[in-house]
Amino acid sequence: MSLTAPLARTRRPRRPGQPRRAWRRAISPLALLAVWQLASSTGVLPREKLDSPLNVLDSLVGLWTDGRLLDAIQVSVTRVLVGFALGAVVGVGLAVVAGLSRIGEDVVDAPMQMLRTLPHFGLLPLFILWFGIDEAPKYALIALGVAFPLYVNTFAGIRGVDPKYLDAARAFGLGWTERLRHVVLPGALPSTLVGLRLSLGVAWLTLIVAEQINTTAGIGYLVSDAAGFGRTGEVVAGLLIYSVLGLLTDALVRILERKALAWRLG
Amino acid sequence: MATRLNAPHALRPPTVPPTVQVRGLRRAFGDTVVLDDLDLDVAPGELVALLGRSGSGKSTLLRLLAGLDAPDAGTAEVDGVTSVAFQEPRLLPWRRVAQNVALGLRTGSRRERDERARQLLGEVGLTEKADVWPVTLSGGQAQRASLARALVSEPGLLLLDEPFSALDALTRIEMHDLLLRVWARHRASVLLVTHDVDEALLLADRVIVLDQGSVAHSLRLDLPRPRALHDPRLVAHRATLLDQLGVRTAHAAASPTTDTAQEAVS
Repeated sequence: MSLTAPLARTRRPRRPGQPRRAWRRAISPLALLAVWQLASSTGVLPREKLDSPLNVLDSLVGLWTDGRLLDAIQVSVTRVLVGFALGAVVGVGLAVVAGLSRIGEDVVDAPMQMLRTLPHFGLLPLFILWFGIDEAPKYALIALGVAFPLYVNTFAGIRGVDPKYLDAARAFGLGWTERLRHVVLPGALPSTLVGLRLSLGVAWLTLIVAEQINTTAGIGYLVSDAAGFGRTGEVVAGLLIYSVLGLLTDALVRILERKALAWRLG
Repeated sequence: MATRLNAPHALRPPTVPPTVQVRGLRRAFGDTVVLDDLDLDVAPGELVALLGRSGSGKSTLLRLLAGLDAPDAGTAEVDGVTSVAFQEPRLLPWRRVAQNVALGLRTGSRRERDERARQLLGEVGLTEKADVWPVTLSGGQAQRASLARALVSEPGLLLLDEPFSALDALTRIEMHDLLLRVWARHRASVLLVTHDVDEALLLADRVIVLDQGSVAHSLRLDLPRPRALHDPRLVAHRATLLDQLGVRTAHAAASPTTDTAQEAVS
């Protein structure tokens, strides 16, 4: 054992079985793709139900080159950004109010906990009545979906800050705003970032639902339009774009987490 | 060296007003009276150890002096800045070590505070740890940083709440030396709350035994430092203190001597 241990210590500490394992994990998805392609090529899977993987790729390239994809992405990303920003301001703002004072908690938390149980998709008909059929109801729906996970996690984060740190800060003469800046907000940040990741997931999900109805632009419009003409390759291409965008924002939050929470690992 | 470590107060005329003046202090939580008509003076530059069993009111007195709690009756006046080092170091994990120390300083520009913080870290032997996260420090290092934070504001009164009790025996010995060194340099009055009779005997100018919220015993130790626990005078004092604390062991069996000033209060 003493002979092999130093050899195993390479520059990047990686278990020797890992690269092979990664390949092994790639086998079944690739096999599924191959089966799908085979089923399409042999006609077992009809094109009007589901296009072949190669045709999906072809649709993707086509949508990209004629510019429709980029337009759609711009519209959809804008919806998520605006809706998310509105929801984040409301969710985090209310969490700070409820987290920092008993009065705030009594006034804010009870209605928030009640509204939280409401499935926000169910409000879509009302939102259309209130905000019309343009972008406004989409923003509102995304904002509503985003606000709750951020509210719940930020509130819990603020309340979870160890009172010993607050005592120490008071003993050193830090005033209210300084305690907020140096103790409460950084202490609540890990929990808030959990809320951020959850809420971005909700944001994309809500976008997909909101874009199914009364749209003339965006990825959702692209998908439902293609579906109407039986172009299943474009439908799948649109779904792929949704998941790539979702993965991208998740990766962004991970990077943010690594930077902002470096203190946890040292 | 030994003379340099002697109490600065010994050189001052006795008319100098005390740093801490506690009169008739009372604090009760419900029916439990934790501090009962407590009187206590701490002279400038004096190192007073506060001994007592759990529930004797030590921590409550400390919180009152730190301004973290308010008395039900009586007064606790402190001349100058008060600062605290807690049992757990309570460094904010999301601020680097130097920033934590700088938080103890409420005046000056950011740059001045940073310089001052680094200077103090140098005094406690942590120069090279200034820019790391607290999570990477050992228990002893964290406690040194905590001491640096408490001293950075040049306090008139330094409150130490069992600061060494969670450290291993060897680190504790080093911390005792360090405390005497920085105390000799900064000349703050120190109130050291401890469970450890030996710690009190090694460090203090005066040992006060708290029992049921008032001073049960006060013992002046006019002995040069560094002190050795096997010094016959300390052995005698140790027996007295253990007796006062209600500890009946073979150690406590030795009869107390009367060759040093020793007065029973209350």
